Amino acid sequence: MKLVFEKGMNLSEVEVIRHYSTLSKLNFGVDFGFYPLGSCTMKYNPKINEDMAKLEGFTLLHPLQPVSTAQGALELMHNLEKMLCEICGFERFSLQPAAGANGELTGIMIIQAYFRKKRENRSKILVPDSAHGTNPASVSVCGFEAVEIKSDKDGNIDLGELKEKMTEDVAGIMITNPNTLGLFDQNILEVCKIVHEKGGLVYGDGANMNAMLGICKPKELGIDVMHLNLHKSFATPHGGGGPGSGPVGVIKELVEFLPIPLIEKKGEEYVFNYENENSIGKLRSFYGNFGVMVKAYTYLKAIGAEGIREVAEIAVLNANYLKEKLKKHYNLPFDRVCQHEFVLDDSKMPNGVTTNDIAKRLMDYGFHPPTVYFPLIVHGALMIEPTETETKETLDEFANAMIKIKEEAEKNPEIVKGAPHSTPVKRLDAVKAAREPNLRWKP
Amino acid sequence: MDNPEDRKYTKGHEWAKKEGELIVVGITDFAQHALTDIVFVELPEKGKELEKGKQMCVVESVKSVSDIFAPVNGEVAEVNSELENSPEKLNQAPFDSWLVKIKPKDPAEFDSLMSSQQYNEYVAGLEH
Repeated sequence: MKLVFEKGMNLSEVEVIRHYSTLSKLNFGVDFGFYPLGSCTMKYNPKINEDMAKLEGFTLLHPLQPVSTAQGALELMHNLEKMLCEICGFERFSLQPAAGANGELTGIMIIQAYFRKKRENRSKILVPDSAHGTNPASVSVCGFEAVEIKSDKDGNIDLGELKEKMTEDVAGIMITNPNTLGLFDQNILEVCKIVHEKGGLVYGDGANMNAMLGICKPKELGIDVMHLNLHKSFATPHGGGGPGSGPVGVIKELVEFLPIPLIEKKGEEYVFNYENENSIGKLRSFYGNFGVMVKAYTYLKAIGAEGIREVAEIAVLNANYLKEKLKKHYNLPFDRVCQHEFVLDDSKMPNGVTTNDIAKRLMDYGFHPPTVYFPLIVHGALMIEPTETETKETLDEFANAMIKIKEEAEKNPEIVKGAPHSTPVKRLDAVKAAREPNLRWKP
Repeated sequence: MDNPEDRKYTKGHEWAKKEGELIVVGITDFAQHALTDIVFVELPEKGKELEKGKQMCVVESVKSVSDIFAPVNGEVAEVNSELENSPEKLNQAPFDSWLVKIKPKDPAEFDSLMSSQQYNEYVAGLEH
């Protein structure tokens, strides 16, 4: 590829078009192919969502214009909140957090505010070893100490260890359910009970909500505060296509701590309510990533109540279909019915072929690699999440590529160890990039 | 690589060696191998109080970010700031590259750590 910028600024339209079209072909996105990145829920983003977010009535809004002239936008946010409450069983949601980690921060600050009001000094929060890396980070940013809880042999939270560590100085637990092994925690009701009995609160990380949509409500499992990722479960773009949105929902007892403003309906008018003296304040400028809310609202309206349950059903079916096809060829450390994703590892790979090699070789077959080396509790993990938007044909093609790679590892391991062979750049030197980062473009 | 007999070991794969009144701490060959290429080391400040089994330093590899725990209670006497510019030394020579020297609160705590033989057995158990 020849960069046209080398020639200076005198460019014809066709040169510019070819430049950007070439660049776009070097990229890989969910619009190009299968993208089974575990726990990221890289589902297809319907284009109608973009059309709705581009409506002039939305794009020409100014966040400071009088509320009486932006009633449609407030109504949309109000209705989106109501739908999220219905899906999760919560009393209220704040749509303000900008993405998942911002939502976690909001949730942990709410837990902190709750205990501050009760004048209870609790300094620790429990985090299972199968949690997302952001969980202990959010705990730590708020000044709590993160205490790790081990998983048992079935991949559930170890109840014995939980009982021992859930003391009166623990503010609560952060749970991802299904967890990062793609397993529904069979002890979830017991876990929430143990935490509640000691006066603690249960935080739900909604990263894996795709498997529960329309099937079970987090509130009914015992979760008190939770963030959702509109950019995962609700089909709005993420990765390079973001921004995200991480609404936080709470039970009735925690509504007073939600960020301000909340959106209320007074008579026929929608208003921003800033009157909440126990609120943790503002987590983001203005009202959150509004365009993302429009897309998620459109998605929910398009698929409806039945559609949302089908999302979870097909996501779980797709993951189990792939898991069953691949478990004869790859080691499956937790052989159980999975939810929306599952974890394989490289322990049965011949000739020293590793997870990293498998991931690189998948690119030659035209697939984005799955999440690798996560969760940390599985050595050489390959975490695969197909999502509900993929056809059986695509799943079969992916399974065939994985099986072919296993055969190559046996008969011709060098082709796997040297992959990728077909991409614009080959294996990057990750060590050199980390030790000597080059962060600035130089002409 | 053999685990030298001149020092003690922890379940967190740190090694600890007596040097006069101080205890020198590093990570084992098993640890550096599991971490893969180390690209960054965050060392504590001199004089910092250390609690046995709690975070002492942070080691970042291409693969993950890991806490290194204090093997005994005490105070940071010295840190190996050479590692800040050449963290790869922990991969190249784990038993010759130390992280922190600790002034122990109770010198007897050192004796309760694992011997090289006990550590060998512990690591063998993990690999099964």
